[in-house]
Amino acid sequence: MVDRIGSALSAHCQFFPLKTHRRKRSKIKSKQRIKIHPMFRPFLTSPIFCILSLMLLLPARSEETPVPEKIEYNRDVRPILGDSCFKCHGFDKNHRKGDRRIDTREGALADIDGIKAIVPGDLKASELYARIHSDDEEEVMPPPKDKRQLTVRQKAILSRWIEQGAEYQDHWAYIKPTKPTPPDATQDVFTKNSIDRFVLARQIGLGLKPGKEADRTALYRRLSFDLLGLPPKPEEVAAFVQDNAADAYEKLVEKLLASPHYGERMAVYWLDLVRFADTAGYHSDNPRNIWPYRDWVINSFNENKRFDQFTIEQIAGDMLPNSTKQQKIASAFNRLNMTTEEGGAQPKQYESKTVTDRVKTVGTVWLAQTYMCNECHDHKFDPVTAKDFYRIGAFFADIKEETIGRREQGIIVAPPELEKKLNDQSALVDRLNQTLVSSTPEIKAAQEEWEKETIKSEALVADWTPILPTEKPAAENKSVYEVKQDILFVKEAADKEVIRIKAKIPLKHITAFRLDALADPALPASGPGRASNGNFRLSEFSVEQLLPDGKLQPVVLQNATATFDHSSMSITQAIDGVTASAYENGWGLTAEEAGKDHTACFETQEPLTGDGEINVVFTLRFNYGGQHLLGKFKLAATTTEHPVRAPGVKGAPHDVMEYLAKPASERTPDQVARIEGRFREITPLLNTIRQEHAEAKIKRDELESQVARCIVSERNETPRVVRVLPRGDWMNETGEIVKPGVPAHLPQPAVEGRDLNRLDLAQWLVSRDNPLTARVFVNRLWKMFYGVGLSKTLEDMGTQGEWPAQQPLLDWLACEFMESGWDVKHVVRLMVSSGTYRLVSQTTPEIQEHDPFNRELTHQSPFRLDAEFVRDNALAISGLLKTRIGGPSVKPYQPAGYWENLNFPAREWANDQGENQWRRGLYTWWQRSYLQPSMLAFDAPSREECSASRVNSNIPQQALALLNDPTYVEAARAFAARIMQEGGNETDARIAWACKQALVRDAQPDEIQILRALFEKQLAIYTKDEGAAQEILKIGQAPVPENLSKTELAAWTSVARAILNLHETITRF
Amino acid sequence: MMHDDLIQQFTRRAFLGRVSHGLGALALSSLLKPDIAQAAASDQWRGIVNPLPYKQKAKRVIYLCMAGGPSHLETFDPKPKLTEMHGKEMPESLTKGQQLAQLQGNKLTCFAPQWGFQRFGKNGTEICELFPQIGSIVDDICIIRSMTSEAINHDPAHCFMNTGSSIPGRPAMGAWINYGIGTPAENLPGFLVLTSHGKGGQNQPIAARQWSSGFLPSKFQGVHLRSKGDPVLYLTNPPGVSREMQNDVIQATSKLNQRWDNVMNDPEVATRIAQYEMAFKMQASVPELMDISQEPKSMLDLYGCQPGDGSFASNCLLARRLAERGVRFIQLYHKDWDHHGNLKNDIQLKAQEVDRASAALILDLKQRGMLDDTLVIWGGEFGRTPMSQGGNGRDHHIKGFSIWMAGGGVKGGIVHGATDEFGYNAVENHIEVHDLHATMLYLMGMEHTHLTYKFQGRDYRLTDVFGKVQKKILV
Repeated sequence: MVDRIGSALSAHCQFFPLKTHRRKRSKIKSKQRIKIHPMFRPFLTSPIFCILSLMLLLPARSEETPVPEKIEYNRDVRPILGDSCFKCHGFDKNHRKGDRRIDTREGALADIDGIKAIVPGDLKASELYARIHSDDEEEVMPPPKDKRQLTVRQKAILSRWIEQGAEYQDHWAYIKPTKPTPPDATQDVFTKNSIDRFVLARQIGLGLKPGKEADRTALYRRLSFDLLGLPPKPEEVAAFVQDNAADAYEKLVEKLLASPHYGERMAVYWLDLVRFADTAGYHSDNPRNIWPYRDWVINSFNENKRFDQFTIEQIAGDMLPNSTKQQKIASAFNRLNMTTEEGGAQPKQYESKTVTDRVKTVGTVWLAQTYMCNECHDHKFDPVTAKDFYRIGAFFADIKEETIGRREQGIIVAPPELEKKLNDQSALVDRLNQTLVSSTPEIKAAQEEWEKETIKSEALVADWTPILPTEKPAAENKSVYEVKQDILFVKEAADKEVIRIKAKIPLKHITAFRLDALADPALPASGPGRASNGNFRLSEFSVEQLLPDGKLQPVVLQNATATFDHSSMSITQAIDGVTASAYENGWGLTAEEAGKDHTACFETQEPLTGDGEINVVFTLRFNYGGQHLLGKFKLAATTTEHPVRAPGVKGAPHDVMEYLAKPASERTPDQVARIEGRFREITPLLNTIRQEHAEAKIKRDELESQVARCIVSERNETPRVVRVLPRGDWMNETGEIVKPGVPAHLPQPAVEGRDLNRLDLAQWLVSRDNPLTARVFVNRLWKMFYGVGLSKTLEDMGTQGEWPAQQPLLDWLACEFMESGWDVKHVVRLMVSSGTYRLVSQTTPEIQEHDPFNRELTHQSPFRLDAEFVRDNALAISGLLKTRIGGPSVKPYQPAGYWENLNFPAREWANDQGENQWRRGLYTWWQRSYLQPSMLAFDAPSREECSASRVNSNIPQQALALLNDPTYVEAARAFAARIMQEGGNETDARIAWACKQALVRDAQPDEIQILRALFEKQLAIYTKDEGAAQEILKIGQAPVPENLSKTELAAWTSVARAILNLHETITRF
Repeated sequence: MMHDDLIQQFTRRAFLGRVSHGLGALALSSLLKPDIAQAAASDQWRGIVNPLPYKQKAKRVIYLCMAGGPSHLETFDPKPKLTEMHGKEMPESLTKGQQLAQLQGNKLTCFAPQWGFQRFGKNGTEICELFPQIGSIVDDICIIRSMTSEAINHDPAHCFMNTGSSIPGRPAMGAWINYGIGTPAENLPGFLVLTSHGKGGQNQPIAARQWSSGFLPSKFQGVHLRSKGDPVLYLTNPPGVSREMQNDVIQATSKLNQRWDNVMNDPEVATRIAQYEMAFKMQASVPELMDISQEPKSMLDLYGCQPGDGSFASNCLLARRLAERGVRFIQLYHKDWDHHGNLKNDIQLKAQEVDRASAALILDLKQRGMLDDTLVIWGGEFGRTPMSQGGNGRDHHIKGFSIWMAGGGVKGGIVHGATDEFGYNAVENHIEVHDLHATMLYLMGMEHTHLTYKFQGRDYRLTDVFGKVQKKILV
């Protein structure tokens, strides 16, 4: 079909021959006239041509939008020039072609060698017009090889715009919003507040009208999901339906806004923006202490904290005078970026990544600007320079942090008493440690003595008796060791483990124990450990003697030696009494030692005695994770007199022996320290203090496990130097050094006589002069309640973003927001109280055809619930949901082995037990590199970077998750139990009750019929196969009510699964 | 292509589908009838690039990622000079001001190749003696000795290799390709990923972002096929639910959804019904696909694998099975190439794990006539330094390393590009990661500069603003 606009325009063009003589620099040779595409020629003389021309403004179909009568630069022209022209003729001077810029009127009208790109009102004289219509390959703009060719309609718009005077407008979003007066448009019932006046006025102009108001049931469900992220209870809905008060709806809005779950719902949106997650992100993706920030966000929304204050506390909470602990926690915002612990990572590189990430985040969250483009160059479309980018980055250069490596633990978030207890205990540990490392003449003398003896020491031989376990070792986790004679071999390994081995040793006394770690080709990397690299980490080795009276007597071990004894994971760490401390603490090997046998020996401080048989229990702890267990090992005991050492080991580990062999004057400070350290690990002089120290550490660890911590922002005295990195290259240090500053094209902060700082940035973001922040925020709120933003590009309010057709409404809302004192609940209330919000979601094919994305708001828009709420909804319907607010992140069911590709250390997700299993989705442990897969399936972002708008996809993984994830199967069987217990006795009544619970509406007879057929068939199957019924009821942790028929419950579970899988169930409409 | 156009296309498709003959009803009735399912496949995404500007030589890609960074000096790039210079200082002219990883600030000495090289094939191409099987197929492959990368740490380097940017957030190449040309696979996603551990213990972590769809719609994201547990997450019915019973639940759901659609006129409902159908089909097709015990013993022997062993070899065989089923982009990660130390022994271990299987994949594809339209790529995220690390290993290196390609329009039996005599810098026919991407897209019939997606105000593409199609290596 021939494009109507095209034919009309082509005809138009015939009358404006190109004047080649004026183009002095032009290579154009012959083209005197623009050629008319042959396709259009017949139309020029066609009788229907005139009719078609008249039809220009009459849209037949939505995709053939007419050329507006009055062209508006921002709405009509800027998107075309922005896409196709500004790349070479725009703001970026380094890429400008022929010195011609047309992003400003001045530039477009400029006379360059006698040529003007635009002569307002004069198409013939406008080079731009000639160029876009030329069919000379060397002349035409954009050049033929450019992908962004202009359509006929776009050319028509540009032409009409020039004809009408080529008026430019500043980019709308960079002009401070002024509050428009709401239009005087009203319609009975529909118009509830000013929002509706704007919407209606536009609809009237387009010949549209709003649809009907949704019924109260639908309204309650919609409001409940939008404000709380939770479904309503049917009885509450019934009460609302029957409430005849004129302000019944308003009362409901107030009730929901006052719910503590409102803060949770709002947090879900905010946490995406600020990229909140529980882990570091890069490489090993280790945990970090951050969840108190999440709770701060929830509480802030619940308290309705002013948005300006909310902003300031996050960016600069630590800089506020006498900042509170909560304000410090808010400043964790600055620490949410991804970090790495990868060996060999270059600090400068990650410093530059951090700058980029922070500028991008602040730019997107508050300003909806795409500043990341400026890392390498001036912006192609927006008036922002690379220097602006690094100046924003410089605001954050004061933050105290190690660029790479593990994050610090963060500040303590706990009740003051507990915090004090912990601080006291930590001080005690430090004091004891101080004693442990400080020298006294006595210790000094003893060390000298020890050194002399040790130098002379020889490897020893002892007489070893193999120890045969009396039963299979008991494992706390799921590991299984097979025993053959004295050899233990791991058959199944848990991630971490504690094993206990009982043995009867046929000796009268024991002076030492021996542990042999044995290599074996059947182990990964040939062992002797079970980890993928053949390693193990023996966190603690302890022995208890079983006395004749049945009591267990701890055996004190000393002088541990091993054939491989590295200072960072020495054998002495395996008997230091520290069982629960840092996972690294323990005996292990380096990679080179894999595949070899190794032996450790432990003297007993006092000999064990018995009458020909000594009963002992060994406890071996492996806290490292990643299956760092001993894969194959054996134990032995000896009666040989002390000293007893591992084979081939002299009085100290090999490296210490080597240093001792050198004259003292030739030892390096490290070597001296290693010798002294070794001595202190074993000298009996320090036995008591070592023991106290170990016990104090255990106590401190216990206390530590009871307090939460949160990494926050703290300031460095001297900020890091920030330079402009040419083309973003972090290795290039030739760029200009910059001070903090906001983009030059925006209103500047009123600060004089000192450098700007983070607090200035925060205050500038929420100043009344900032044209962007309020618009950005209300636009995103709009998306939450209507499915799409007034400008749909939530992340870009720059010139490439979508110009909002409803700009007056957006500006009105932004001004209202600021005037209300940045009152978030006020704006939310306005939006959800409007008549526009209350419309039905149902559409007709006609509406969809003309306005497929409902941009004219003639009805509400249905959309699938966010990932968290899909989960919350199912748990709520099933009755399993626990509504406690806040606290550490939790681990709902996740398939085993999902983290197999994580390493350093290897980890396994442990499903939470008990109540934490049924918490709301927003509390799910957020592992950036492997997000919990049901959350991922429903489009929860990994939060590796700032995300302003989730995709809302519809993929088979969602079906698989809802059908088969234990979370949803367990929810279904819990729901089934409720159906049987609360839904009456008749099948149909139960189905109706179930639908009411899940869908908040009455089921229709045909729906009941479909589900009854399902129930009956499944019941028949389960009746025949009761085993199958037992199987499905075992899924999950929720108890199965004993008084219910298992076969019936299983069949109702199938019905419940069908209901929980419905599109309607997971859709807010 | 604009984001909107894409949505419009999705929406429009669903809309027309319903209007013309009721997609929902059709999908429902075809749940257990593959012939009707064929008809419903019109719902399938056929790609944004249509028609293709170039002849499509490669219909699919199998990318064998040797994760951790294999040493080019012990695989495909012989450097006798380095043997001569062993233990001597590296010329400062090469290393000065260069980016290093763990060797930053260390004294830099030459480290001789730890294994010998042998000549293979018609042209006597030199390949490390540890890889005789790959040597045996050298006439079918194109060895590139002049790759470079920008990112020197594993995580960003993988990100760069997969997405063209070392900053996370962009779509992986498999996602781009599926967005560009869709997938003919009926019952499987178009982008599948398999991973295997090495026995050497240097199993660097790999994040799921390496197969993310980034800002592209989620349907283009890579799906990880696991060797333990459910191959696709949540694939198996709950215990106590048979396939028939699962079907009953889905049927009931779909009938109710259909009814709901009649009320709401929401195109998403029809799509939902189709997705349940797809999920149900995957529940049968994926286990069938993963079951390599169906393969003849000769085939298991060719690859050197046992059913269920989760090895790289098994994954290579699975890759062929996926290719047969039309999967567009198949990516295998084999880990443990990060030889900072103990290189001599550990690389031997790696050779044992990958040599036979890599070659078997080429032979197998060839004998099935599939090598011509399957592009196979073998390589890591970077190479390793000619300098010694700790006297027995090599550090990360990005200035020159080797990969090889085969099939799908790539010339076999050639060596392309070269590094200097130390194996430090790529000095001849230098190929960057974006060039590799551009070439891959070209072989699949696409123009890399035109495969774009508008996000945050700008047109993004896999090759960023770079990328040159490497025509010299093409047939």
